Amino acid sequence: MEVLKEVACGRTVTVKKVNGQGAVRRRIMDMGITKGTEIYVRKVAPLGDPIEVTVRGYELSLRKADAEMIEVE
Amino acid sequence: MPIKIALAGNPNSGKTTLFNALTGSNQYVGNWPGVTIEKKEGKLRSDTYRDVTIVDLPGIYSLSPYTLEEVVARDYLTGENPDAIINIVDGSNMERNLYLTTQLAELGIPMVIAVNMMDVVEKNGDKINLDKLSEKLGCPVVGISALKRSGIADAAEKAVELAQNKVPMVPRHRFSENIEQALAGIEELLHGKVDEKQMRWTAIKVFERDIKVMERMAFDDALKSRIEDIVSQCENELDDDSESIITNERYLYIASIIKDCYKRKSNVKMTTSDKIDRVLTNRWLALPIFALVMFCVYFISVTTVGTWVTDWTNDVLFGEIIPPAVEGFLSSIGTADWLQSLILDGIVGGVGAVLGFVPQMLVLFLFLAILEDCGYMARVAFIMDRIFRKFGLSGKSFIPILIGSGCGVPGIMASRTIENERDRRMTITVTTFIPCGAKLPIIALISGALFGGAWWVAPSAYFAGIIAIICSGIILKKTKLFSGDPAPFVMELPPYHRPLAGNVLRSMWERAWSFIRKAGTVILLCTIVIWFASNFGIVDGQFTMVEDLDDGFLAKLGSIIAPIFAPLGWGFWEAAVASLTGLVAKESVVGTLGVLYGFAEVAEDGQEIWGLLAASFTALSAYSFLLFNLLCAPCFAAIGAIRREMNSGKWTIFAVGYQTLFAYVVALSVYQLGSLFAGNGFSAGTVVAILAVAFFLYLLLKPSNERKLKAATVSANI
Repeated sequence: MEVLKEVACGRTVTVKKVNGQGAVRRRIMDMGITKGTEIYVRKVAPLGDPIEVTVRGYELSLRKADAEMIEVE
Repeated sequence: MPIKIALAGNPNSGKTTLFNALTGSNQYVGNWPGVTIEKKEGKLRSDTYRDVTIVDLPGIYSLSPYTLEEVVARDYLTGENPDAIINIVDGSNMERNLYLTTQLAELGIPMVIAVNMMDVVEKNGDKINLDKLSEKLGCPVVGISALKRSGIADAAEKAVELAQNKVPMVPRHRFSENIEQALAGIEELLHGKVDEKQMRWTAIKVFERDIKVMERMAFDDALKSRIEDIVSQCENELDDDSESIITNERYLYIASIIKDCYKRKSNVKMTTSDKIDRVLTNRWLALPIFALVMFCVYFISVTTVGTWVTDWTNDVLFGEIIPPAVEGFLSSIGTADWLQSLILDGIVGGVGAVLGFVPQMLVLFLFLAILEDCGYMARVAFIMDRIFRKFGLSGKSFIPILIGSGCGVPGIMASRTIENERDRRMTITVTTFIPCGAKLPIIALISGALFGGAWWVAPSAYFAGIIAIICSGIILKKTKLFSGDPAPFVMELPPYHRPLAGNVLRSMWERAWSFIRKAGTVILLCTIVIWFASNFGIVDGQFTMVEDLDDGFLAKLGSIIAPIFAPLGWGFWEAAVASLTGLVAKESVVGTLGVLYGFAEVAEDGQEIWGLLAASFTALSAYSFLLFNLLCAPCFAAIGAIRREMNSGKWTIFAVGYQTLFAYVVALSVYQLGSLFAGNGFSAGTVVAILAVAFFLYLLLKPSNERKLKAATVSANI
């Protein structure tokens, strides 16, 4: 099992499952990260966190702690 | 018939531009009740329709119960029954934008969809079939460009027509069979309990186990368990939780619409925005560029242009032009001395103190508006998040604190760029810890009088401010007030674009005006009270205007409260009174000490009284005095700004109370422990100081509730 946090920059992955609960999880899904969505990992912030991804044609940033909850393949 | 139309859409969809185009200068800016979120209303600019109000809802991505903006928006939509909704959708980012549309459609309120940025879409060579989109969604769709003002009148007209004809929105979207069955079951149970128009919306929310809706409906236990049966049966069938089921289905539905209505020109090339972003958030260049941008903003708005104009306002306009003119006028009509003094020193001085900040604020807000409008502000949060979130602040907190080192008032006002309410309140509370320009004379005074102008005094003041911010962040983050779910940092990074002059100027003026209006009244009142207290007193049993400050009520009050400061090492009334007048303006601390020690006027750093001060203070008590005055409640202008930004009297009192308490404890600990190390022996004060430090360390180091919660869930999962 791989999570989004571990995906290297420049790779494209597909979402398998969004773990976690409550506000953060809902927010992640509301922003378009749902089962089967393609995510392209664009870059990591200069200080190593958060990361920037492209999803559904726009740029989204999320913290590594939250990216850990997203299972991908 | 008056008509209310709500304007709803994602952040960065051009909503503000559309709102400005629809309403022109006819706007009213306020706050949504009880929260710090701005509420804007305006009259529709139109020759045909007279009484149409446009309500600008907060920019939102969804109607979930988790963020304040979303709750404000949905409470308005379900509670206040607007006559129609204009849903603005960014045509260059349809997929995510339509997600909100699918939710708005379920509310049963007449709705028009305005697809914005049609010009950009065409320029990219993409095609959107608006007719097909309208047919799929079940409501009128208008293509617009808010920027070029095309299609706007058409969209407004359609919305007004729908509102007049009361054509309810009937969503075309059907979820998959299992879900529709469950929803039908829930609707049956809700029958008679919910307004029919809002039935579908409520049923879906109940299916999602929406906390806010469940709370409001207050079902009895029997009904609750029947609903739960329906929901969990559906969850078992689809092997997912209800929230995910709904979200997934919505996006699947949107994908099917996009496939039919949106023709993308296939070549994927790097846009200009991507190229800019590659430089601005580059691993190595991002921080230097950020530092450069911040330096420019600070240099221009605080060091140079802003200060020139502010100094001119303070020293020339409210120093050489207005007061003599007013004085001449008052003398010519023979006004009594006390009234003349009230008007000149109290009111003109007070108003001047407020308005003096305005030019500097205008310059600063101009920059902030540009940074926000062009898309760089989101990157500031992206770059700085890692550092600031450790202290319970947002990456964007950097700007208020930086500006706060020039002047706390615009610093506090700059916190408005922070979206999350908790982060914003925390930032407002800690911003004035950083020494502002007006505190520099106090530093110069103490450093010159007691430390021979030692080099380390000034840096240590800034260091103390930074430490105070960090420690407060860590401590407050763990308190109930600031606890709860951590703010999700799942943030859109919008494409860069050229800032719009209209939006930028409007935003600049709105912020400055809200300060002038709200803070102005508070400051004016407070300055008059302080003026009165220092100039009136009881001499020989008679209530009268006093010659000497020593006889005024303020001096008396100073003597009464002076013992409070005894444990801090400066329990004499001169120091206490000076600290009180610091509330008017921090630089007054020096002036007041000068007057109290018998000089009519002293230099900015109070050189004349250095000798006298050296006799009253010890090095340690002077440093404690300095620390207290740097960290305690800021001046009235800043308190007014806190009040404006917190939008709550309770939160203002909390912030100011916290700052003063924090300052007191720090000054006490430094003085008492310093005395102990200097070999002055053990006293009751030392015990208190040790206890205070121990408690402080406990608060600093105790595990946060969040972490405990996380640990608990992790162990539960195992």
